[in-house]
Amino acid sequence: MKDWRYWLAEQRGTLLAFGIFIAMFVIYTSNHPAGFTANVVQTASNKGVLLAFVAMAQTLVVITAGIDLSVGMIFTLTNCLASWLVIGTGIETAFGVVAVLGTGLLCGAINGAIVIYGRLQPIVATIATGAVYFGIALLLRPFPGGSVNEDLADALTGRLFGVVPASLVVLLAVVLLVWVPFSRSVLGRAAYAAGSSEMAAYMSGVPIRRGKFAAYALGGLLAAIGGLFLTFFTYTGDAAYASGNAYTLFSIAAVVLGGVSLFGGKGSAIGAIFGALAFRTIGDLLFVFDFDPLWQPLFQGVILLIAVSLGAFVLFRVRNRLEWFL
Amino acid sequence: MSETTIGGIAGRMPKFIRRADPAVLTAFACIVLLLFVGSLYSRSFLSPEYLLQQLKVASFLGVIATGMMLVILLGQIDLSVPWSVAVGAMMASAMAAFGPVGVALAIPFGIFCGVLIGIVNGIGVAYLRIPSMIITLATNAVAQGLMVVYTGGFSPQDSATGAMRYLATGFAIPGVPNAVIIWALIGAAMVFVLTRTGFGRAVYGIGNRERAAYLSGIDTRRVVMIAFAVSGGLSAFGGVLLAGYASKAAQSMGDAYLLPSIAAVVLGGTSILGGRGSYLGTVAGVILITLLQSILSVMQMPEAGRQIIYGVVIVAMLLLYGRAPASR
Repeated sequence: MKDWRYWLAEQRGTLLAFGIFIAMFVIYTSNHPAGFTANVVQTASNKGVLLAFVAMAQTLVVITAGIDLSVGMIFTLTNCLASWLVIGTGIETAFGVVAVLGTGLLCGAINGAIVIYGRLQPIVATIATGAVYFGIALLLRPFPGGSVNEDLADALTGRLFGVVPASLVVLLAVVLLVWVPFSRSVLGRAAYAAGSSEMAAYMSGVPIRRGKFAAYALGGLLAAIGGLFLTFFTYTGDAAYASGNAYTLFSIAAVVLGGVSLFGGKGSAIGAIFGALAFRTIGDLLFVFDFDPLWQPLFQGVILLIAVSLGAFVLFRVRNRLEWFL
Repeated sequence: MSETTIGGIAGRMPKFIRRADPAVLTAFACIVLLLFVGSLYSRSFLSPEYLLQQLKVASFLGVIATGMMLVILLGQIDLSVPWSVAVGAMMASAMAAFGPVGVALAIPFGIFCGVLIGIVNGIGVAYLRIPSMIITLATNAVAQGLMVVYTGGFSPQDSATGAMRYLATGFAIPGVPNAVIIWALIGAAMVFVLTRTGFGRAVYGIGNRERAAYLSGIDTRRVVMIAFAVSGGLSAFGGVLLAGYASKAAQSMGDAYLLPSIAAVVLGGTSILGGRGSYLGTVAGVILITLLQSILSVMQMPEAGRQIIYGVVIVAMLLLYGRAPASR
């Protein structure tokens, strides 16, 4: 096989997610009353980017064959924290941003430490830590409120040169600064190897523990970037249980749509980003077709159900029935 | 976790203690500790009325955790509990609006809807081989969507039937709340199924190694499917009881039961990887969680503090005895 064929096989999930997103976005903008304008794109990208960050966070953990059911709560916690700290003069704001991102990193690191060094199952451990993070968020913001440095918020949620949404640029920067270096580093490869086959990776001397730990910690960092952006959009902090839970759920949907295998070791954060954007666009399709917003949760649930059922197609390729059981 | 790890002290103890699972013993020890702490805080904590009230509150969680335990024994998990509970409650109350026939069918219909959710989960996990964590999250989202469309996003106006209230709050035997009797009956049925029937052995077998269970002639897919259907039905029944307790259904009434039901099962010594665990442990876990919640509310801890303590206690207890074996 030629090199490009390998590349194609490796990127199939990402390309599929990209295709779905483009198709959905074309349907969306062509039926939108305002059409394909800079305003529509800006609004859509601002909504999509939030989920994209959380989905990237989920991807890092899913690649190691784990799952982080606390991403939504880290997202909520950092949102509440940012509504206290990211305010005031330039230096104060900068300090606030660093503190918020550091908190996210710490939350992710705690998850990682409990799962890897405490040897607990990721599902139970992250549900429990999620409860803790939500409790802290509630301590910070018993009622919705707070404020944020509006100059910074407007700059990051506005448009560059009048056309390009700034939030997309930030997303690209985060991909280049966090995802690309990680996936090409030894730790990143260790995370992939641990997800693919932990035993084989261990036997080959891959630093699986450090790789998995880095994945969990960076996942927390990415969720915190998402939380920071939520604050920039809403100007407030809100410890909403339902919203945190919804983001956890949607992040899994986005990861699946983005071609990341839930069994670990396969997929990329780029795919998950397109999965997230596609998921958001599909959810918003209801609005351009003038459906009652009450139907949105059901519609998103059905999409999620279909998306996860698509994974069942691999069963047709199974020759030996014993391969049903992993 | 085997007897060898307990060491020499246990060797001199009576036989029934030596044979017991250390995790179950730890859970019961924690219950005693919680009762002790509670009695320091308030005199009335050890009064029979208060303890019976706690047992009544625990029985709702107990019914839900029974279904969760069955699924966890298979090495799967059911994250659709929150909206299965709400669907059971809402559909039962909704059925009650259809005259006398509706009132008679309210409870079976609520449970039936929960079983349907469980069957969708079961088909996904057993036949489509979708990871249970994912498919149950998805059905949870769909159930939520259906209920939002049905209720218009508000808590429904229908109220619980007399039978539902009687089951949840009545006293068939003087002094013993009906909810506790129901939990005892369901628990006894579960113990019987798990220890005395082929289905129960199959559940443990699949939890240990599905491949081996399949090769020994068990229709593993059917067993998994039934287990999920039972779990959905029991969650919905828990919802029916809760609706009877509060005399109406509410949005997101089930959210408060997902983590506690998983925690109760796991704290009771059932391995989250499946194949190992006893119902006695789950009973201990349920009582432990309920007492913990009760103590936190007696101390007038705000919701935030409760969530934090709750999460920390669960992680801490799991670190004590729920750890996976070292991989090397």
